[in-house]
Amino acid sequence: MIVAEQKDIAEIIPMTEGYQNILVIGCDTCVTVCLAGGAKEVAILACSLRLAARARGKKVQVDEISIERQCEKEFVDSLQSTVRGHDLLISMGCGIGVQTIAEQFPNLAVVPALNTKLLGLPERQGVWVERCQACGQCILDKTGGICPISRCSKSLLNGPCGGSQNGKCEINKEIDCGWHLIYERLKSLGRLGCLEEIMPAKDWSRSRNGGPRKVIREDMCL
Amino acid sequence: MKAGSRLEKLLIQGEFVATAELGPPKSADIQLIKHKAGILRGFADAVNITDNQTAIVRVSSIAAGKIALDEGLEPIIQMTCRDRNRLAMQSDILGAYVLGLRNLLCLSGDHQSFGNHPQAKNVYDLDSIQLVQMAKRMRDEKVFQCGEEIRNTKKSDLLEPRMFLGVAANPFADPFEFRVVRLAKKIKAGADFVQTQCIFDLPKFKRWMEMVVDQGLHEKVFILAGIMPIKSPKVLQYMKNNVAGMSIPDELIRRMEGAKDAKAEGVKICVELIQAVREIPGIRGVHIMAVEWEEIVPTVVREAGLWPRPEVAAE
Repeated sequence: MIVAEQKDIAEIIPMTEGYQNILVIGCDTCVTVCLAGGAKEVAILACSLRLAARARGKKVQVDEISIERQCEKEFVDSLQSTVRGHDLLISMGCGIGVQTIAEQFPNLAVVPALNTKLLGLPERQGVWVERCQACGQCILDKTGGICPISRCSKSLLNGPCGGSQNGKCEINKEIDCGWHLIYERLKSLGRLGCLEEIMPAKDWSRSRNGGPRKVIREDMCL
Repeated sequence: MKAGSRLEKLLIQGEFVATAELGPPKSADIQLIKHKAGILRGFADAVNITDNQTAIVRVSSIAAGKIALDEGLEPIIQMTCRDRNRLAMQSDILGAYVLGLRNLLCLSGDHQSFGNHPQAKNVYDLDSIQLVQMAKRMRDEKVFQCGEEIRNTKKSDLLEPRMFLGVAANPFADPFEFRVVRLAKKIKAGADFVQTQCIFDLPKFKRWMEMVVDQGLHEKVFILAGIMPIKSPKVLQYMKNNVAGMSIPDELIRRMEGAKDAKAEGVKICVELIQAVREIPGIRGVHIMAVEWEEIVPTVVREAGLWPRPEVAAE
């Protein structure tokens, strides 16, 4: 899932400066699960913005709505009638949600209420951790199902650097060394031999470095 | 002979080599580079020129290396994967070579979060093993990483940078059993020499070297043992608490604490360690890392019985 967290209200309020009719839009998918931008968070943010406006003696209308998925045009299109009369849309979706709304409503200002953080999973209640960086060339078959691109602080491909100690990363004792995890896992699978091979230089052009990416399925195109 | 550097020649000659380290300044202070070079001249067979060590901006290793070369030193250019992609690395390898620099130490590099620009974007386009592999292919196959031949035009001669390639090895990092495998990978990738992390825990280092020798790796690569002169017990304690991948026995800290003259004791420990590692089969030299304490190197080298330094034999 995509994991996001809400921006500080002090960062959001200035984005609303000069607007009178604001619509806060939540997303019922990933950001609801990670407690950042679902209907509940929309209600809290809308309420905070109303209070903030009142405190500054301003008359601002703040409305609320949440949709199934902000990352699909069909769902965003269902907002056509709701957005009417508003001059600012605050998206509580991930960065994809904000941009889908911006694309569908080219004449309306759209601002983000969240920082999109990572592709990952809830590790325990209230804690989400990164597992994928969408590098475009999955090598999990070679690393025991643990991703060195996202879990090694240096995205190294040939084993832990000299800063790995007691299973932790050199940059922070709270961070597991991704390569230590890979080592232990391959050891338990009896496949440590995998680590003797040199993993060649990665083709980063398949990652973000190749420019904005696109997936095309000719067989599915209409 | 792979690169024909002075360091390579001395190692092939069978000398027990001594390398040192020169940390470039955090300002455009050319005099300091010359001053440090002057201290080390005649006391080290080659000198590592660090590359923005601890992720702090300094004079570039190649620029400082060229100055050190002109001052009569044999530089080992350190290159980290943190700050450069494969284009910049290859361009810098060519650049270093045309300036007359002949040794290259390939490193992952400290993470930028340790340094003075923690908000920087790191690169890690390649890792240190891939960097060695690339530099070796440039030298031996005369091709760039992309496979293209190293020649200016189709009609020009192949003119490749011929570097003597070094890597680091940390016997004290985890997982311990993997550390020899990692060294073997670095050798397979093209490492000609290895400098180890500084040794304080001699028994652990010996265990690692036994594994290295068991696999015959000492016959495929020149291994230089890392030695760090320590000024005070505080420095040791700090490293024990804050530097990942170090093994520092408490008894060593106690010994430094009990010393009347900590600096002199630090030198004594250093000399003892040099003499001890010299006895370990497979060790071909020492790498003396006197971080921001270059002036102690001549004392250490003299007291360890490593002075005068050898000359390259006439061919």
